[in-house]
Amino acid sequence: MAREVIAVRGVACEYATPRGNVPALEAIDLTVAEGEFVAVVGPSGCGKSTLLKILAGLLPTTRGEVRLRDVPVTGPRRDIGVVFQSPVLFPWRTVLDNVLLPVDVQRLGRGANLRRALDLLALVGLSGFEERYPWELSGGMQQRVAITRALIHNPAMLLMDEPFAALDAMTRESMNLELQRIWLERRETVLFITHSIPEAVFLADRVFVMTARPGRILEEVAVRIPRPRALEATAAAEFGALVQRIRGHFSPRAGS
Amino acid sequence: MKRQVLRAAVLVVSLALWEGAVRALRVPAFILPPPSQVLLALQRGAASNIYLPHLWVTLLETLLGFASGSLLAFLLGTGLAASRTAEYFFYPYIVMFQSMPKVALAPLIVVWFGLGLTSKVVSAALVAFFPLLVNTIAGLRSADEDRVNLMKSLAASELQIFWMLRLPSALPFIMAGLEVAMVFALVGAIVAEFVGAEAGLGMLIQSRNFSMDVAGEFAVLFILSLMGLLLNWGLVSIRRRVLFWDPSEKAGPLAGEIP
Repeated sequence: MAREVIAVRGVACEYATPRGNVPALEAIDLTVAEGEFVAVVGPSGCGKSTLLKILAGLLPTTRGEVRLRDVPVTGPRRDIGVVFQSPVLFPWRTVLDNVLLPVDVQRLGRGANLRRALDLLALVGLSGFEERYPWELSGGMQQRVAITRALIHNPAMLLMDEPFAALDAMTRESMNLELQRIWLERRETVLFITHSIPEAVFLADRVFVMTARPGRILEEVAVRIPRPRALEATAAAEFGALVQRIRGHFSPRAGS
Repeated sequence: MKRQVLRAAVLVVSLALWEGAVRALRVPAFILPPPSQVLLALQRGAASNIYLPHLWVTLLETLLGFASGSLLAFLLGTGLAASRTAEYFFYPYIVMFQSMPKVALAPLIVVWFGLGLTSKVVSAALVAFFPLLVNTIAGLRSADEDRVNLMKSLAASELQIFWMLRLPSALPFIMAGLEVAMVFALVGAIVAEFVGAEAGLGMLIQSRNFSMDVAGEFAVLFILSLMGLLLNWGLVSIRRRVLFWDPSEKAGPLAGEIP
C-alpha cells in the first residue's frame, strides 16, 4: 500500500453556541494515500466544509488529530493547496499574478516559479490568458486559475471544497473531465469534497459517505472503474450501482 | 457629444436667466450682481494679477491640510481596524470630537497657531480627517472572508494579509474617503481664513465683503468652485488608475465625475 499523506484519526469538532456546544463532526477517521483521489460526499450542513477547514489547519479540532506526512496539523501549512467553492481570485492581480500568489506569500522566488506557472496554465488550457484579469474570464476559467494557484507551490496535498458547485451543469461536466485529465497527468494527492454523488463517483478512487448532525462517516466505497473515465462511463451499470448504493444512505427510508 | 453640448447649454441658459432677471427686476449690484459684472470683476482682477497669489496660498493650505489630515486618518484608521480593543477605547471619543462643529474651533485654532499658513493647514486637516478615518476602518474590515481564509491557508502572516489583501480591498473605500476629504479640506482652509489671515481666497472674499464689492466676491467664489472641481478631477483620475479592477469603475461614470 502506498504511503499515507494525510491521516485523520477520531477527529471531532464542536461549535460553541449560546445554547451549548453543537457537535459538527464526530469521530471522523480517514486516510488518503500518496497519489490517491479521495472524495467526501454528503448533504449540505453535514460538516464537510468544517472537515476541510480542519485539514487545512484553519480550524482546531475538539478531539482527535490530523497528520500530514506524519506531522500533526496544528495550524495553516505551506504544503497544502486549497481550492474553495468560489475561485477567490484577487481582481487587482492578473491571472499570472494570481497563480503566483502562494509564491509571493511564501517567498519562493518568482524567477524560479515563473516557468512552472506558465506550464501549469498551459496544462489547464489557459495559455494566452496570463495577462488578463479574473473579471475578464468565465466562471469555469476562473476556477481553473484557482486550481493552478493551488498547485503552484507543489503542495503535498490538494484540498478541494465543492470547487464546481457554483458552475452550471455543462461547465461542471467539462471541469470534471478537465480535473481528471490534470490528475492523470500529475497524480496529485487529492481530497475532494462535494454534495454531488455522481461527481464523487466519477472522479474518485474512494468515496467517503458523510451524514449530518453530527457529521459522521457512514461508509467507504471503492470505485474500480478504469481510467480515463469518459462521460459515457456514467451511463454504465457499475457506475449507476455505486451511485444508487451511496444515495441509499440519504434517501428517506420507510420506517426509519 | 450631444450630451456635452446640452450640458454647456444648461450653463448658458441659467446665466442668461440670471442676467435677465437681475436687469428686469433692477436688483442693486451690491445685493446680487449680474453675471456680466462678475465676469468684469474676474477680468479686472486677472489683469492686475490679484487672484493668483491668493489662489496659490489657499491651494497650498488645502493640499497640506488634506495630505496631513488624510495621513493621520489612514494611520489611526488602520490601528483602529486592526484592534477591536483600540476601537473600544478610542472610537467613542473620536466620534464625540467629530460631532463638534469644527468650524466653531477655527477661532481657537487661529489663536493657537497664528494668522499664517499653519492655522489654515491645521483647520483643513481637522475637517478632512474624519471622512477618511471612517472609510479606512470600514474598508480594511471589508476584506472578503474567503480571501482571508485563502491567505491563512497559505500560512500568510498578518502583515502579508494586510498588504496583499486588506489594503487593496480597502482602496475603493479609501478613494471615496479621499474625495470627500479634499472638499472638506478646502472648507476648513477657507473658514480659518475667514477668522483671520494675511492672504488667501477666503481672506479676499472677506475683504471684498467689507468693501461691498459683491461682484468681486462672486468672482472669488467662482474661482473657488473651479479649484474644487480641478482638485476633484485630479483625485478621480488617480482613482481610475488605482481602481481599474473595481466593478464600480467599470459600471460607467459615477456622481461627481466629469467625463
